[in-house]
Amino acid sequence: MTTLTAKDKQTVKAFWAKVSGKSEDIGAAAVARMLVVYPQTKTYFSHWQDQSPNSPAARKHGKTVMMGVGDAVTKIDDLKEGLKELSELHAFILRVDPANFKILSHNILVVMAVMFPTDFTPDVHVSLDKFLAAVSLALAEKYR
Amino acid sequence: MPENSVSADLQTESHKMVEWTDFERDTIQDIFSRIEYDVVGPAALARCLVVYPWTQRYFGGFGNLYNAAAIKGNPMVSKHGTTILHGLDRAVKNMDDIKNTYAELSVLHSEKLHVDPDNFKLLADCLTIVVAAQLGNEFTGEVQAAFQKFLAVVVSSLGRQYH
Repeated sequence: MTTLTAKDKQTVKAFWAKVSGKSEDIGAAAVARMLVVYPQTKTYFSHWQDQSPNSPAARKHGKTVMMGVGDAVTKIDDLKEGLKELSELHAFILRVDPANFKILSHNILVVMAVMFPTDFTPDVHVSLDKFLAAVSLALAEKYR
Repeated sequence: MPENSVSADLQTESHKMVEWTDFERDTIQDIFSRIEYDVVGPAALARCLVVYPWTQRYFGGFGNLYNAAAIKGNPMVSKHGTTILHGLDRAVKNMDDIKNTYAELSVLHSEKLHVDPDNFKLLADCLTIVVAAQLGNEFTGEVQAAFQKFLAVVVSSLGRQYH
Protein backbone atom coordinates (compact mmCIF):
# COMPACT_ATOMS: atom_id res chain seq x y z
CA MET A 1 0.00 0.00 0.00
CA THR A 2 2.01 3.01 1.18
CA THR A 3 5.70 3.32 0.31
CA LEU A 4 8.19 3.52 3.12
CA THR A 5 9.72 6.96 3.32
CA ALA A 6 13.41 7.50 3.96
CA LYS A 7 12.45 8.46 7.52
CA ASP A 8 10.51 5.21 7.97
CA LYS A 9 13.48 3.13 6.78
CA GLN A 10 15.89 5.02 9.02
CA THR A 11 13.57 4.66 12.02
CA VAL A 12 13.03 0.94 11.45
CA LYS A 13 16.76 0.25 11.03
CA ALA A 14 17.66 2.24 14.14
CA PHE A 15 14.98 0.58 16.25
CA TRP A 16 15.89 -2.86 14.93
CA ALA A 17 19.53 -2.26 15.82
CA LYS A 18 18.41 -1.59 19.41
CA VAL A 19 16.10 -4.59 19.77
CA SER A 20 17.49 -7.30 17.50
CA GLY A 21 19.58 -8.73 20.34
CA LYS A 22 16.30 -9.84 21.90
CA SER A 23 14.77 -11.03 18.63
CA GLU A 24 14.25 -14.62 19.82
CA ASP A 25 12.39 -13.43 22.92
CA ILE A 26 10.35 -10.99 20.84
CA GLY A 27 9.40 -13.71 18.38
CA ALA A 28 8.52 -16.23 21.08
CA ALA A 29 6.39 -13.68 22.92
CA ALA A 30 4.59 -12.55 19.76
CA VAL A 31 3.75 -16.10 18.66
CA ALA A 32 2.64 -17.01 22.20
CA ARG A 33 0.32 -14.00 22.34
CA MET A 34 -1.06 -14.78 18.91
CA LEU A 35 -1.96 -18.35 19.91
CA VAL A 36 -3.70 -17.13 23.07
CA VAL A 37 -5.45 -13.98 21.82
CA TYR A 38 -6.38 -15.34 18.36
CA PRO A 39 -6.92 -19.06 18.97
CA GLN A 40 -8.01 -19.61 15.37
CA THR A 41 -4.31 -19.26 14.42
CA LYS A 42 -3.65 -22.60 16.11
CA THR A 43 -5.21 -24.25 13.08
CA TYR A 44 -1.90 -23.76 11.27
CA PHE A 45 -0.03 -25.73 13.89
CA SER A 46 -2.08 -28.89 14.20
CA HIS A 47 1.11 -30.79 13.42
CA TRP A 48 2.68 -29.67 16.69
CA GLN A 49 2.27 -32.13 19.52
CA ASP A 50 2.27 -29.27 21.98
CA GLN A 51 0.27 -26.24 20.79
CA SER A 52 0.60 -24.38 24.06
CA PRO A 53 1.92 -20.82 23.78
CA ASN A 54 5.25 -21.48 25.50
CA SER A 55 6.02 -24.85 23.98
CA PRO A 56 9.45 -25.43 22.42
CA ALA A 57 7.78 -25.58 18.98
CA ALA A 58 6.11 -22.19 19.49
CA ARG A 59 9.37 -20.65 20.74
CA LYS A 60 11.26 -22.05 17.77
CA HIS A 61 8.62 -20.69 15.43
CA GLY A 62 8.91 -17.25 17.01
CA LYS A 63 12.66 -17.36 16.36
CA THR A 64 12.08 -18.34 12.73
CA VAL A 65 9.59 -15.54 12.19
CA MET A 66 11.85 -12.87 13.70
CA MET A 67 14.79 -14.08 11.62
CA GLY A 68 12.56 -13.39 8.63
CA VAL A 69 11.71 -9.92 9.97
CA GLY A 70 15.40 -9.19 10.57
CA ASP A 71 16.19 -10.33 7.05
CA ALA A 72 13.45 -8.05 5.74
CA VAL A 73 15.09 -5.08 7.48
CA THR A 74 18.23 -5.69 5.41
CA LYS A 75 16.11 -5.84 2.26
CA ILE A 76 14.01 -2.83 3.15
CA ASP A 77 14.75 -1.07 -0.14
CA ASP A 78 13.13 -3.81 -2.21
CA LEU A 79 10.97 -6.07 -0.11
CA LYS A 80 9.06 -7.55 -3.04
CA GLU A 81 12.26 -8.84 -4.65
CA GLY A 82 14.04 -9.58 -1.40
CA LEU A 83 11.21 -11.68 0.06
CA LYS A 84 10.36 -13.47 -3.19
CA GLU A 85 11.36 -16.92 -1.93
CA LEU A 86 9.61 -16.48 1.39
CA SER A 87 6.53 -15.42 -0.51
CA GLU A 88 6.66 -18.56 -2.62
CA LEU A 89 7.01 -20.62 0.54
CA HIS A 90 3.95 -18.98 2.14
CA ALA A 91 1.92 -19.09 -1.09
CA PHE A 92 2.51 -22.64 -2.27
CA ILE A 93 3.53 -24.62 0.77
CA LEU A 94 2.33 -22.93 3.95
CA ARG A 95 -0.74 -21.27 2.44
CA VAL A 96 -1.27 -19.03 5.44
CA ASP A 97 -4.26 -16.75 4.89
CA PRO A 98 -2.76 -13.25 4.62
CA ALA A 99 -5.22 -11.94 7.23
CA ASN A 100 -2.98 -13.69 9.73
CA PHE A 101 0.00 -11.52 8.79
CA LYS A 102 -1.95 -8.59 10.25
CA ILE A 103 -2.62 -10.56 13.40
CA LEU A 104 1.00 -11.51 13.94
CA SER A 105 2.13 -7.96 13.11
CA HIS A 106 -0.23 -6.58 15.74
CA ASN A 107 1.19 -8.95 18.34
CA ILE A 108 4.76 -8.00 17.40
CA LEU A 109 3.82 -4.37 18.05
CA VAL A 110 2.27 -5.27 21.43
CA VAL A 111 5.45 -7.13 22.41
CA MET A 112 7.55 -4.10 21.41
CA ALA A 113 5.38 -1.96 23.72
CA VAL A 114 5.78 -4.45 26.57
CA MET A 115 9.53 -4.93 26.17
CA PHE A 116 10.62 -1.47 25.03
CA PRO A 117 8.07 0.98 26.44
CA THR A 118 10.31 4.06 26.25
CA ASP A 119 11.83 3.32 22.84
CA PHE A 120 8.55 2.31 21.19
CA THR A 121 7.39 5.91 20.73
CA PRO A 122 4.49 6.86 18.43
CA ASP A 123 7.00 7.78 15.67
CA VAL A 124 8.68 4.36 15.93
CA HIS A 125 5.25 2.70 16.10
CA VAL A 126 4.01 4.25 12.86
CA SER A 127 7.18 3.37 10.92
CA LEU A 128 7.28 -0.18 12.27
CA ASP A 129 3.56 -0.63 11.55
CA LYS A 130 4.11 0.51 7.96
CA PHE A 131 7.16 -1.73 7.64
CA LEU A 132 5.33 -4.84 8.88
CA ALA A 133 2.46 -4.04 6.53
CA ALA A 134 4.92 -3.78 3.64
CA VAL A 135 6.51 -7.09 4.65
CA SER A 136 3.05 -8.69 4.81
CA LEU A 137 2.27 -7.37 1.34
CA ALA A 138 5.54 -8.72 -0.04
CA LEU A 139 4.81 -12.10 1.57
CA ALA A 140 1.41 -12.21 -0.11
CA GLU A 141 2.85 -11.23 -3.50
CA LYS A 142 3.01 -14.75 -4.95
CA TYR A 143 -0.37 -15.93 -3.67
CA ARG A 144 -2.33 -15.38 -6.87
CA MET B 1 -7.76 0.45 5.39
CA PRO B 2 -4.92 0.36 7.95
CA GLU B 3 -3.17 -2.88 7.44
CA ASN B 4 -2.62 -4.02 10.99
CA SER B 5 -5.88 -3.01 12.69
CA VAL B 6 -7.28 -6.23 14.06
CA SER B 7 -9.73 -5.45 16.87
CA ALA B 8 -12.53 -7.99 16.49
CA ASP B 9 -15.64 -6.95 14.64
CA LEU B 10 -18.60 -7.90 16.80
CA GLN B 11 -21.20 -6.00 14.82
CA THR B 12 -23.07 -9.13 13.85
CA GLU B 13 -23.04 -10.45 17.41
CA SER B 14 -24.34 -7.33 19.08
CA HIS B 15 -27.91 -8.58 19.51
CA LYS B 16 -26.74 -11.32 21.86
CA MET B 17 -25.72 -10.76 25.47
CA VAL B 18 -21.99 -10.65 25.88
CA GLU B 19 -20.80 -13.29 28.30
CA TRP B 20 -17.88 -12.49 30.51
CA THR B 21 -15.85 -15.00 32.47
CA ASP B 22 -14.82 -14.16 36.03
CA PHE B 23 -11.27 -13.79 34.80
CA GLU B 24 -12.35 -11.28 32.15
CA ARG B 25 -14.41 -9.23 34.61
CA ASP B 26 -11.63 -9.19 37.19
CA THR B 27 -9.04 -8.33 34.58
CA ILE B 28 -10.98 -5.34 33.24
CA GLN B 29 -11.70 -3.98 36.71
CA ASP B 30 -8.07 -4.48 37.67
CA ILE B 31 -6.63 -2.76 34.61
CA PHE B 32 -8.88 0.27 34.92
CA SER B 33 -8.24 0.60 38.65
CA ARG B 34 -4.51 0.66 38.01
CA ILE B 35 -4.06 2.92 35.02
CA GLU B 36 -3.98 6.69 35.35
CA TYR B 37 -6.75 7.99 33.11
CA ASP B 38 -5.00 11.31 32.55
CA VAL B 39 -1.82 9.56 31.43
CA VAL B 40 -3.17 6.65 29.39
CA GLY B 41 -5.96 8.61 27.71
CA PRO B 42 -3.74 11.38 26.33
CA ALA B 43 -1.03 8.87 25.34
CA ALA B 44 -3.48 6.67 23.45
CA LEU B 45 -5.15 9.53 21.58
CA ALA B 46 -1.79 11.12 20.73
CA ARG B 47 -0.49 7.78 19.46
CA CYS B 48 -3.60 7.33 17.32
CA LEU B 49 -3.16 10.77 15.76
CA VAL B 50 0.49 9.95 14.92
CA VAL B 51 0.13 6.33 13.82
CA TYR B 52 -3.10 6.90 11.86
CA PRO B 53 -2.79 10.53 10.82
CA TRP B 54 -6.04 10.57 8.88
CA THR B 55 -7.81 10.48 12.25
CA GLN B 56 -6.70 14.10 12.61
CA ARG B 57 -9.63 14.98 10.36
CA TYR B 58 -11.86 15.04 13.43
CA PHE B 59 -9.69 17.47 15.33
CA GLY B 60 -9.47 20.46 13.00
CA GLY B 61 -10.13 22.82 15.89
CA PHE B 62 -7.33 21.43 18.05
CA GLY B 63 -4.55 23.65 16.73
CA ASN B 64 -1.03 22.37 16.15
CA LEU B 65 -0.94 18.67 15.21
CA TYR B 66 2.03 19.08 12.93
CA ASN B 67 4.28 16.34 14.32
CA ALA B 68 4.48 13.83 17.15
CA ALA B 69 6.00 16.33 19.58
CA ALA B 70 3.30 18.90 18.86
CA ILE B 71 0.55 16.29 19.22
CA LYS B 72 1.99 15.01 22.49
CA GLY B 73 2.23 18.54 23.92
CA ASN B 74 -1.16 19.70 22.67
CA PRO B 75 -3.39 20.45 25.68
CA MET B 76 -6.62 19.87 23.74
CA VAL B 77 -5.42 16.40 22.77
CA SER B 78 -4.58 15.63 26.39
CA LYS B 79 -7.92 16.86 27.63
CA HIS B 80 -9.81 14.88 25.04
CA GLY B 81 -7.77 11.75 25.75
CA THR B 82 -8.76 11.96 29.40
CA THR B 83 -12.41 12.49 28.40
CA ILE B 84 -12.29 9.32 26.30
CA LEU B 85 -10.94 7.24 29.19
CA HIS B 86 -13.65 8.53 31.49
CA GLY B 87 -16.11 7.56 28.77
CA LEU B 88 -14.69 4.02 28.80
CA ASP B 89 -15.22 3.97 32.53
CA ARG B 90 -18.96 3.79 31.89
CA ALA B 91 -18.50 0.47 30.15
CA VAL B 92 -16.20 -0.77 32.91
CA LYS B 93 -18.96 -0.10 35.42
CA ASN B 94 -21.71 -1.59 33.23
CA MET B 95 -20.10 -4.58 31.62
CA ASP B 96 -23.39 -6.44 31.34
CA ASP B 97 -25.08 -3.73 29.33
CA ILE B 98 -22.45 -1.89 27.33
CA LYS B 99 -24.76 -1.73 24.34
CA ASN B 100 -27.35 0.45 26.08
CA THR B 101 -24.76 2.34 28.10
CA TYR B 102 -23.34 3.68 24.84
CA ALA B 103 -26.56 4.20 22.87
CA GLU B 104 -26.46 7.98 23.32
CA LEU B 105 -22.73 8.24 22.69
CA SER B 106 -23.19 6.19 19.55
CA VAL B 107 -25.82 8.62 18.27
CA LEU B 108 -23.51 11.53 19.13
CA HIS B 109 -20.55 10.06 17.23
CA SER B 110 -22.74 9.30 14.25
CA GLU B 111 -25.12 12.26 13.99
CA LYS B 112 -23.09 15.11 15.40
CA LEU B 113 -19.42 14.16 15.14
CA HIS B 114 -19.69 12.09 11.92
CA VAL B 115 -16.87 9.78 12.96
CA ASP B 116 -16.25 6.80 10.67
CA PRO B 117 -16.68 3.86 13.08
CA ASP B 118 -13.58 2.16 11.66
CA ASN B 119 -11.66 4.79 13.59
CA PHE B 120 -12.83 3.33 16.89
CA LYS B 121 -10.84 0.19 16.12
CA LEU B 122 -7.74 2.26 15.47
CA LEU B 123 -8.01 4.04 18.81
CA ALA B 124 -8.69 0.70 20.52
CA ASP B 125 -5.45 -0.73 19.07
CA CYS B 126 -3.49 2.30 20.30
CA LEU B 127 -5.05 1.94 23.74
CA THR B 128 -3.95 -1.70 23.80
CA ILE B 129 -0.38 -0.69 22.96
CA VAL B 130 -0.30 2.04 25.65
CA VAL B 131 -1.74 -0.24 28.35
CA ALA B 132 0.75 -2.95 27.30
CA ALA B 133 3.59 -0.47 27.77
CA GLN B 134 2.22 0.52 31.19
CA LEU B 135 1.67 -2.98 32.53
CA GLY B 136 4.71 -4.65 30.97
CA ASN B 137 4.93 -8.37 31.64
CA GLU B 138 1.69 -8.28 33.61
CA PHE B 139 -0.02 -7.68 30.28
CA THR B 140 0.01 -11.40 29.55
CA GLY B 141 -1.63 -13.00 26.52
CA GLU B 142 -4.68 -13.83 28.64
CA VAL B 143 -4.95 -10.26 29.91
CA GLN B 144 -4.52 -8.96 26.35
CA ALA B 145 -7.33 -11.25 25.15
CA ALA B 146 -9.70 -9.96 27.87
CA PHE B 147 -8.79 -6.33 27.20
CA GLN B 148 -9.20 -6.66 23.44
CA LYS B 149 -12.55 -8.42 23.89
CA PHE B 150 -13.74 -5.58 26.15
CA LEU B 151 -12.64 -2.95 23.63
CA ALA B 152 -14.28 -4.88 20.79
CA VAL B 153 -17.61 -4.78 22.64
CA VAL B 154 -17.19 -1.04 23.27
CA VAL B 155 -16.33 -0.43 19.61
CA SER B 156 -19.29 -2.47 18.45
CA SER B 157 -21.68 -0.60 20.77
CA LEU B 158 -20.39 2.79 19.65
CA GLY B 159 -21.03 1.83 16.05
CA ARG B 160 -24.45 0.38 16.68
CA GLN B 161 -26.65 3.49 16.22
CA TYR B 162 -25.13 4.46 12.88
CA HIS B 163 -27.47 4.34 9.95
